Parts: sequence; structure tokens; C-alpha cells
Amino acid sequence: MSKSPPSAVVRSRVTPYLFILPAFLVYAAFSLYPLLRAAQFSLYEWPGFGPSTFVGLQNYTDLIGDENFRAAIGNALVLILFYAALPVVIGLVLAAIFRRGQVRGMGFFRSVIFLPQVIALVVVAVAWRNIYAPNGPLNQALRAVGLDELARGWLGDPGAALPAVGFIGTWLEMGLVMLLLLAGMSRIPDDLFEAARLDGAGPVREFFAITLPSVRGEIVVALVLTIIAALKTFDLVYMTTSGGPGNATTVPSYEVYHRAFQLREVGSASAVAIVLTVLVFAINVLVTRIGERSR
Amino acid sequence: MRRRTFLGSSAAVGGLGLLAACAPGSDTDGGGGDAAAPEASDVETDPAAMGEVSLKVWDQEVRGAQNDAITALIEAFEQEYPNITVERVSQSFDDLQQQTGLALSGNDVPDVLQVNNARGDMGEFVKAGQLTDLSAYSEAYGWEDRYSTSVLAKSRYSADGVTFGDGPLWGLPQTGEVCGIYYSAAKLEALGAQPPTTWDELFALVEAAQEAGEQPLVLGNLEQWPALHVFGPLQANFVSTEEIITLGMGNAGADWTGDANVQALTQLADWAGSGAFGDSPNGLAYDTAWAEYTEGTGVLLIGGSWLGPDMEAVMGDDLRFMAPPAGADGTVATTGGTGLPFAIPAEAANVDAAAAYIDYITSDAAMELIAEKGGMPVLRTAELAPESGVNKDIYEAFDAVSTDGVLLPYLDYATPSFADTAGAALQEVIGGQAEPSAAAETLQADYGEFTAQG
Repeated sequence: MSKSPPSAVVRSRVTPYLFILPAFLVYAAFSLYPLLRAAQFSLYEWPGFGPSTFVGLQNYTDLIGDENFRAAIGNALVLILFYAALPVVIGLVLAAIFRRGQVRGMGFFRSVIFLPQVIALVVVAVAWRNIYAPNGPLNQALRAVGLDELARGWLGDPGAALPAVGFIGTWLEMGLVMLLLLAGMSRIPDDLFEAARLDGAGPVREFFAITLPSVRGEIVVALVLTIIAALKTFDLVYMTTSGGPGNATTVPSYEVYHRAFQLREVGSASAVAIVLTVLVFAINVLVTRIGERSR
Repeated sequence: MRRRTFLGSSAAVGGLGLLAACAPGSDTDGGGGDAAAPEASDVETDPAAMGEVSLKVWDQEVRGAQNDAITALIEAFEQEYPNITVERVSQSFDDLQQQTGLALSGNDVPDVLQVNNARGDMGEFVKAGQLTDLSAYSEAYGWEDRYSTSVLAKSRYSADGVTFGDGPLWGLPQTGEVCGIYYSAAKLEALGAQPPTTWDELFALVEAAQEAGEQPLVLGNLEQWPALHVFGPLQANFVSTEEIITLGMGNAGADWTGDANVQALTQLADWAGSGAFGDSPNGLAYDTAWAEYTEGTGVLLIGGSWLGPDMEAVMGDDLRFMAPPAGADGTVATTGGTGLPFAIPAEAANVDAAAAYIDYITSDAAMELIAEKGGMPVLRTAELAPESGVNKDIYEAFDAVSTDGVLLPYLDYATPSFADTAGAALQEVIGGQAEPSAAAETLQADYGEFTAQG
């Protein structure tokens, strides 16, 4: 049973790459190539058919002065608050409660909170559009308790529309974040909590001293996922407000769709898409860096 | 370190990819723009003499009455000319609109295709040379006698796509549409009012309804475009039809910031500010709004004729429709027009058969069939009007506007981006976020920039 030396093929430096090759080809064909083509389109003025004109970086310089684009980026940043920050805070609290609590029907509550993730976004959007309607359930509830002044056309009010859309995002992402964190928390050995309790720590102290530091990795993952969701959100905006009122709820993805398919400015649409990709990438590198460093 | 090498090499691969890929759109020769338009004398108008033809038709007539009419027409056409088989693909307006650009630049184009009149659609395709000039067919089949000038103008572009409303004919519509005023007969009676015959009477009616505690007007403007169908008729009370047509078709020479246009926007703002559209028209969805109207909210609803049959199903005889009162010029003018025109792609394989098909589905007999199925034919509308019901009102209103009055273009035809500009601007006027004069500036900026390019 003497070990024979590895063959020349195995020793070759190329071999590891050969293993990657099949997956890389698929990845290249369906991810890299479209991305590069989009980058290329962004340098042209092109209506999506017929001849195109090379314009260099003009599509990008035009974006700097483009009010709709700046509004879209600004709105996307606000949405990060609703899609990522709030769900993580709420998700943490919920997960901590679920971990500690011995409530009956825990599985049921967990499923209910996770449910939004399972429903198709279009259905979610249609449901919320009805909830927010001027005579919809939300306003009826407000009027029923005498808060008539708060009742408004939520999606038609320029101040309220973005938070209203954002809140749908919070509701959506909460369940996902909770589930991720719950999985992280279940890995914490019970002895740690026991030790803390023996030292006289209450639930709050326990949370900050043990739970929170233990799930830091999960928090980073949750943030990355939800920030991506926030920055590339499209369905909700498309189905609820079409970017209105005015451009109060427009987002970068909606701008891409709108420019490519409605204005037939494929070059400009690609430029927005590339900027969005860079932005998603940059923010997430930042989040992971911070997460890794503080570990 | 490793990561950096990977990034470096992938960037290098990317660079190669960029160099290797050809410029977008350069693999097609820009359609058939160089093909000469056929002459009336070389046009074959006898479908029976065309041999075996399989005709590919793409349309968006998916709704009940429209679908019934087209299906029946195709059946009759195939029966009359057994050598022609129609392969029909029908899909929603949005789907068709988004595919058209791709379809026209491909190699396997349909023979007949419904194309939206707007500059962003038909205008762009004409400019790219992707549609067939139908002038010769129009002459051979006598389409100019069949249609009124204002209807055909909405399918005319100069060959370079710069002028809209004049020049060669690129498509032919089959059905009609008109924006007008729906009213509840019972509510008018309760208010002791008659259907308004002038705009002043209409303004007075709105005030009277408000004093009586009714919501005078119903508008669901969450989608941004519905307000255009209210503003269009209203604008005609303040602005001359000639100017509206110039503005609406995106031709040079008019100005959104003129006093008359600002007055029209101010009237819209006043209505919205006084709560005439209810608490939050911008937060209400279009389909919810008309559904609420049928359930008793509001006295008037200004909107398109397509709503009639659905609303009548709930309201019955109580629902009536009228064209808006005569406008600034003393003629009845309102937003309206035609269903999407049927056009023939430049690369179509069976142009003669396609034209014969278009001729067939817009013939007198076809109009009768459309009316019978419950749609609104673009021609002979008054004589084909049903005996009663809201469609009788609608047919008569359309006929009055399209023959004696002026059918104004949809304002969003004007420039490729005007649907958004106007949608957002009107939403802000209604919501009170923009002064009418500021909104006029916004509209002018879009229109002015576009016409300056032309």
C-alpha cells in the first residue's frame, strides 16, 4: 500500500483552474458577460435598436446633474434605514425574545414573522397598496381611534410615500433577519448564559454581554443581504407608486427600467445600473470590513 | 494578495471582452430605412392573388369586446381568402410596447404590428426606418376618404421622425377613444342641476356639489397618468386647439408657460386645493377610484371612454357620459384619439397581404362587427351607436368630437419623456407641491429641449 507520487496532471499549476472552469464558464456567460456588456452600453447613446453612437463617459457626467438620478440615490440611502437598520434592530430583539422565551406556539409565531419572505413581492405590493389607500384599512383604523389628522393618502403624500414604501421593506426583511440571528443565537452554549445568570446578570445585561457579541457575524450577513435588497428594490416601487408622487419614491433600479424601456435610453440606463452595482459593492465591502475589524 | 491577482486578471479578461464585443446595435443595419416606399401602382390589392401566405399579426386587443371583434374579423378574413392564414399573437399593451423595439430590430419580424402613436414609439421606429410607409396603400385602398384628417394625423410622421401629425402614413387605427365627463343622473337631479353646457356651468356645478357636501370630481392619480385625462379636456377651455396640438405632438412653435396654459394648471390646482377631488387623489389608485365612483362617491368623473362599459355594469342607467363643453375656440375639443394603429414593419415578408388585412379590419363591415361586440369603432360611430346605455352617449360624444370638433392628442405623445414629466408635474400641482407657474416651466423645459433638437 505504498503511496504513489501524484501524477503530472495533478501537480500541474493549471489543474486547480481546470476544476473551476465549468462553473466559471457558466458564471462568465450569465453574470460577467452581461455585466461587461452593460458597462459597454453605458458608453453609447442607443435607443435599444438600430445604430448607436459612442459618447464616451457622457452618460455618466449627465447623471451628475440629473435630478431624478440624485433623488433616486438619495431615496435608496433612506431605504437602507428601513430595509436594513430597522429590521436588524427589530430582528435582534425578536430573536432574543424567542431564544429566551418558553412561550407556547413559538413555531407558529416564527412562521408568521417569516411569512412575508415567502409571498411574491408583487402580491405584497398590491396588498400594501390597498392598506395605504385613502379609504383603506390603515386610514379607517386611524379614524376609528380618532386620529383623523394622521389619515392621509399615504402613497400620494410626498412626505409619507417614501417611509410608507420603506415600512413595507421593514416588514419584509424583519423575518429574514430574525431567522438568521436565531440560528446564530442557538449556537451559543447555554453554560455562558448560566454563568452570566449566576453572576447576577439580568436579561438586558445578558443580551449585551453575550448574545450581541456572539451573533456579530450573523448581523454582518443580515446587513449585507438587506442592504443589497434596499439598494436594488424595484418591484415594490414599481407596483405601489411608480416612483411618485413627483419623483419622491424613485429608486436606482426603477430608473434603470424606466430609462431602458420607457425612455429608450439604453446607454443612460446602463450607466445607472453600473453606478448602482459599484454602490452596492462599495457599501457592502465597507460593512464587511467593519464587521471583520471589530471582531 | 491572491484576491488582487484575481481582480487584476478578471479586469484584463473584461478588457478583452470589451474590445472583442461589437458596438450595440451594429449587428443590424438599422432596419430597412433604405428601402424605397412602394408606389400605388405596384401595390397588389387582391388578397386572393397573393398565393399561400402565412400572416403574422401581433396585437394588444386582449380585453373582452376588442378580443371578440378581432377574433371574429380574422375568422371572416380567412374564410374569404383561404390562401391566407393569420397567425395571431396577442398580449397586453405594456408587454407589446416593450417588445416592439426588440422585435423590429430582429430578423423575424411580424407582418402586422400595433404600434403606439407616441414619439417615443412610432416616432423612433419611423426615424430608424423600421416601419413601412403606407401612403401607396392609402391611395390604392382609399383610406383618406375612409378616415377623417384629424384621426389619420395621429399616425403621420415625416420620414425623419421630426414632424408629428404631417407626412407619410405609418399605421391605421381600428377603434376610437375619447376623454369626457361621466355623470350620475340621479346625483345631478338631487343637486337640481342640468348637465353643464358651458365650462362656467361646469365650474358652478362643482361648487354647488361641494356646498351640498358631495365630492364633485373623482380622480385616482396614484399612477401619475390619470391626471392627464382630466387636464386634457380642461386645458381646451383655456388654450386654443392649435396650440394644444402643437404642444401635444411635440412640434416646435408653442409655449407651455403662456398665460392660458398657466390658467389651466391653476384651475386644476384650485380644484385639488379645494378638495374637489377628495382628500388624496394622488394616493388613490385609478382602478379603485372608478370603482368607488360606481359605489356612490362623487358626482362627476372625467376620464376615458374605455371605463364606460365596466362602470355601467354596476351603475346601469344612472351612468351618463358627455363630451366636455365647447372650449376656448368655441368648438368641442378634448383629449382622445384612436386605439393603437396597426402598422407594417419595414422588414415584413408579406407587405401586400398585411395591408390587405389592415384594410379588411378597418372596413365598414368591420366597424359594424366591432360595434356589435361592444367596442367603439373609429368610423361611422354615430350611426352604429347602440339604442341606449352609456355607450350610446359615448358613441355620440366621440362622433361629435371627431367629426365637428377636434380630437386633441394625448399630451404624453409630445416627447419620449413627456409622460413622466407631465405625470410628475401634474401630480405636484394636484398635491400642492408645485405652483402652477413652476409646473408650466417644468413642462416647457422638457418640450422646449426636445423641439430645439428637432
